[in-house]
Amino acid sequence: MEPNILEMNHITKIYPNGFVANDNVTLTAKKGEIHALIGENGAGKTTLMKVLFGIEKPDKGEIIFNGEKVEIKNPADAIALGIGMVHQHFMLASSLSVAENIVLGLDNGFKRFDLKKAIEKTKSMAKKYGIEIDPEEKVQNLSVGNKQRVEILKALTRGAKVLILDEPTAVLTPQESEDLFVQLKQIKEQGHTIIFISHKLKEITSFCDRLTVLKMGRSLGEMDVGCMSEREISHLMVGREVLLNYEKPISIPKEKVLEIKNLTYIRNGKKVINDVSFSVHGGEILGIAGVEGNGQRELAELVSGLLKNYEGTILVSGNDISRDTVRMIRETGVSHIPEDRMTYGVVKNASIMENIIADRYYKKPFIKNALLDIPKLRSLANNLVAEYTVKCDDIDQEIRMLSGGNMQKVVVARELSSSPKLIIANQPTRGVDVGASEIIRNSLINMRTNGAGVLLVSADLNEVLDVSDRLIVMYGGEIVASFPSAKAVDEHELGEFMLGIKKQDMKEGQA
Amino acid sequence: MAEVLTFFSPDFLFSVIRVSTPLLFVALAAMISKRAGIMHIAFESIMLWAALWGVIGSAMSQSVVVGLISGVVFGVFISVSIGFFSMKMKTDLILASIAFNTLATGGTVFVLYLVCRDKGISSSLKSLVCPQISIPILRKIPFLGQVLSGHNILTYLAFVCVPLCYFLLYKTQIGLSLRAVGENPDAAESVGISVTKTRYFALIVSGVLAALGGCFMSMGYLPWFTRAMTAGRGFIGIAAQNIGGGEPLGTLLATLIFGLADAMSNTIQSGKIPTEIIQMIPYATTLLSMVFYSGKKITKRRKVKK
Amino acid sequence: MSVRKIETRFDILRLLLAVFLAMGVAVVIILFLSDDPQLSLKYLLLGPLTTKRRFGNVIESVIPLLFTGVGVCIMYSANQTNMAAEGSFFLGGVFATAIAIRTMPPVIHPILCILFGGIAGSFVTMIPALLYTRFGARPVVSSLMMNHIASSLGIFMINYLFFDASAGFTCSLPFQKTAKLPVFVSKTSIHIGIFIGVFVVIMGWFYLYRSKNGYEIRTVGKNVSFAKYIGISVPSVIIYCQVIGGFLAGMGGAVEVLGMYNRFQYQGLTNHGFDGILVAIIAKYNPAMVPFSALFLSYVRVGADIMSRMTDVPVEIVYVVQSVIILFVTAERFLGGLKHKSIVREIERSMAQEEKANG
Repeated sequence: MEPNILEMNHITKIYPNGFVANDNVTLTAKKGEIHALIGENGAGKTTLMKVLFGIEKPDKGEIIFNGEKVEIKNPADAIALGIGMVHQHFMLASSLSVAENIVLGLDNGFKRFDLKKAIEKTKSMAKKYGIEIDPEEKVQNLSVGNKQRVEILKALTRGAKVLILDEPTAVLTPQESEDLFVQLKQIKEQGHTIIFISHKLKEITSFCDRLTVLKMGRSLGEMDVGCMSEREISHLMVGREVLLNYEKPISIPKEKVLEIKNLTYIRNGKKVINDVSFSVHGGEILGIAGVEGNGQRELAELVSGLLKNYEGTILVSGNDISRDTVRMIRETGVSHIPEDRMTYGVVKNASIMENIIADRYYKKPFIKNALLDIPKLRSLANNLVAEYTVKCDDIDQEIRMLSGGNMQKVVVARELSSSPKLIIANQPTRGVDVGASEIIRNSLINMRTNGAGVLLVSADLNEVLDVSDRLIVMYGGEIVASFPSAKAVDEHELGEFMLGIKKQDMKEGQA
Repeated sequence: MAEVLTFFSPDFLFSVIRVSTPLLFVALAAMISKRAGIMHIAFESIMLWAALWGVIGSAMSQSVVVGLISGVVFGVFISVSIGFFSMKMKTDLILASIAFNTLATGGTVFVLYLVCRDKGISSSLKSLVCPQISIPILRKIPFLGQVLSGHNILTYLAFVCVPLCYFLLYKTQIGLSLRAVGENPDAAESVGISVTKTRYFALIVSGVLAALGGCFMSMGYLPWFTRAMTAGRGFIGIAAQNIGGGEPLGTLLATLIFGLADAMSNTIQSGKIPTEIIQMIPYATTLLSMVFYSGKKITKRRKVKK
Repeated sequence: MSVRKIETRFDILRLLLAVFLAMGVAVVIILFLSDDPQLSLKYLLLGPLTTKRRFGNVIESVIPLLFTGVGVCIMYSANQTNMAAEGSFFLGGVFATAIAIRTMPPVIHPILCILFGGIAGSFVTMIPALLYTRFGARPVVSSLMMNHIASSLGIFMINYLFFDASAGFTCSLPFQKTAKLPVFVSKTSIHIGIFIGVFVVIMGWFYLYRSKNGYEIRTVGKNVSFAKYIGISVPSVIIYCQVIGGFLAGMGGAVEVLGMYNRFQYQGLTNHGFDGILVAIIAKYNPAMVPFSALFLSYVRVGADIMSRMTDVPVEIVYVVQSVIILFVTAERFLGGLKHKSIVREIERSMAQEEKANG
């Protein structure tokens, strides 16, 4: 039996806003194994690793490394112990070469920087681990897969015995992912331990030894990969706990408000959206289930006009929007609840009122004598705030003072009150408390019952099954499943589609 | 016709090199601070103070070296203070630069008055000038000798600083750290480099360079300080840096173009083109070059994306 | 006390402390320098109040700042650090001169001059805006270049197009009487341009806070991504806010020249544009606050001027005061620790109150 190289015992981490990221989580990794840390987005995986790498301090718990209790106060401590991390967002200086990035920070001062020596060192490290990379190439010219190799090499050069990889395949093409797994096996053979964070079950079962499942901040246990079937694991990961019932009159779909045909969107050489086709009718809610990062955000941004340069056709109420500005699209009756609330959804330093009227300040009823009709705008704002029970001091309060849920209510109030024909709701209840979530979901259902079409993108299984009328699943930029009736969907099956284990036959899958 | 020929005369080319000197110092200073990610626009203030203290220092000690040192020390002090306000007090870099530039414009006149009882010029002070150097073998070469030999020692220093900066940035450990800090401070922090310390270092180096540029104004040709004598050179240097793309060689070339424009505006005396229009040349050149250079930058970015 | 109130209080505190610090620095300098510090200080702080003419100087100096200050408020509210108000002001004066020296019917004459000046000013600030939206060139450097270009162009026009060879110095032909803005307060030079200035302040406030353009400008300034998402055309906003800012600064140049002088006699840039930036920063980019910050700045300037003429302390001490104020007013961290502690205390207090109410 291999000894444990790493034990994270009873780790609890609560963020300043009260959010419990890790609740009494224990993780043990054996020396020389590839250990997967799996769970949905928001389950606490990244936080746990941030604790390990010294970026966050745990409120409770201890870390035992190589049999000794250790305190990791910052990344330098972690690196000194032999823990290396490859972040999801690469920490590389693009205009510098590979070798320069690898040796960065290893030595400081006026000493001569010997590029030749750095190149030699890089070459020898690369050879040792079987990583093929050109040390003199500038990082910005590398493919994403190669950039990741540089990050791995960087960590190994600093003596990492335990290598943490955070969702490494999120940015890779399937082929690059294959190459990565081969690489990791080679690194394992050199005696290193690897902790592999992911939500893509199929990949994990192909090359990991053991895994730990996190859900909602808690650990559901660790097991050998062979122990359970993928189906059983997926049930653990995404299985529902709470049954929320939403009263829904039967949906009577009308004409198409959104039609997507053969949509493809490429970024950095990767097909973020790959030949996707579906439509949404007025009076129905089409749910797109899927773990975040499978192309849903780009889909929402393409439909709302924030992204251009796509292949295929997007028709909103029959109109091709490829040349339309964001405002034009909004004026045809499209509303968008964005995924990234703080960046796109609100203006942090503006008042609640200024945020809530942001889409209609320029329209007729609110302009009097070329000036904003402030009393009308205020009364609208007050009404909306009351209607959505936004908890605040008054509408002049700066919106950043509100809780996440209340902020989102303001966003939803704004987007739903413009009588839209099509509503794009992208993760509308993420980071939102239960009460506000219920209000938001009921609002969406009401809009739909009154004739609007809703495109609901959500990684929350509860939400997507309860609120949607029809359902499609996105994985890796493609539609992998389509269900004409959300009620009839088996949640275990849904989980498997979401995690890439299963894929429907496309003829059947035309949504 | 005769006027055009003057542009190729050795005297003119000599003057191009001469007027490029302060621009080059500032452009290099801007380059260093840009590469480190702390690009401020207060080089005017560093130059003015250095020019003033250079004069005061050399007058009081009757030593050129002391003058230079006092100018440089004060210039570095200003440079580091800008960093302090930006990094520690979180003042917006542009606003801090505006404040420092304002402080320098008035403050130098203030100190000038205190020392010389004159608000316009320091001619009452017997300040010194850095020596001109005549390079022995070079000066004998026809044409080239007239162009390249006989410059002020600071001019030669400025040109020497180009390869020095290259060496600093690309051949030292700290230079590598500096470049990383400017490009991706998070990446630098993640490998243990202190972004703050590295930036202070960059500010010291850039402060020395800009200060030397200021000293040249008051100690390189004419031995006095006049109010607002930098006349926007601090900003032209920034523009030159922009076009130079952050590389020492590119910065040198861009600076020479502006030096050319500056020298042209000094040289063209004919009544045909009004002096005011000629005075516009350096600034209009800067503006036009920003158009073309920025256009290039955008297409370059598109290429990289593909 | 809500968190918002705490923040406003700290903003005011920071401003007052910055002013206090700056004046403190000035006092120290005076103590060192002056043979009679008490007298110097008296002149600095009370000088402007001693005679009607002196106080008139304060008010006269405020007038151009109203224009450039509001102009900068509008530009900087969209986060565009365009410093070409200086050139706009200058060229505005020149173009106003072009009309002022000709014969025109009264009342219309000054109006035309000011309009012309405004248009000229708007071109100066428009160019950096265009360079930014089309080519991505940062407005900071390009606007400074425009200042020099505007200054050279303006001087060229004065020397070649409107030159008065008979005058003893470099200046333009005299303005027609009908173009001038008359003085209306006796024993001072306060001219009716002040009413235009106040009008600009009021209009500026309404524009920025009560018009749809103003809303767009401020939204772009606070969160560009949000502006794009909600449908605002960001490039248009950037361009028009700078055109308007330049127009106002140009108007300011016209008004100043027509109100204070009989001919155009500036030899170069006058610093009114940069003063406008200072005024706007202290006013936190709110046009309503511009008159107050302009008044403060002018008062200190005139006081320093009096002090420099009556005693041995140079007038440039005022630049020291200004710079210190800006440095500390804009330093977010200044008093930041205290502010954070107060906010945390307040949140804890309200949370405890809630618990009591619920429990």
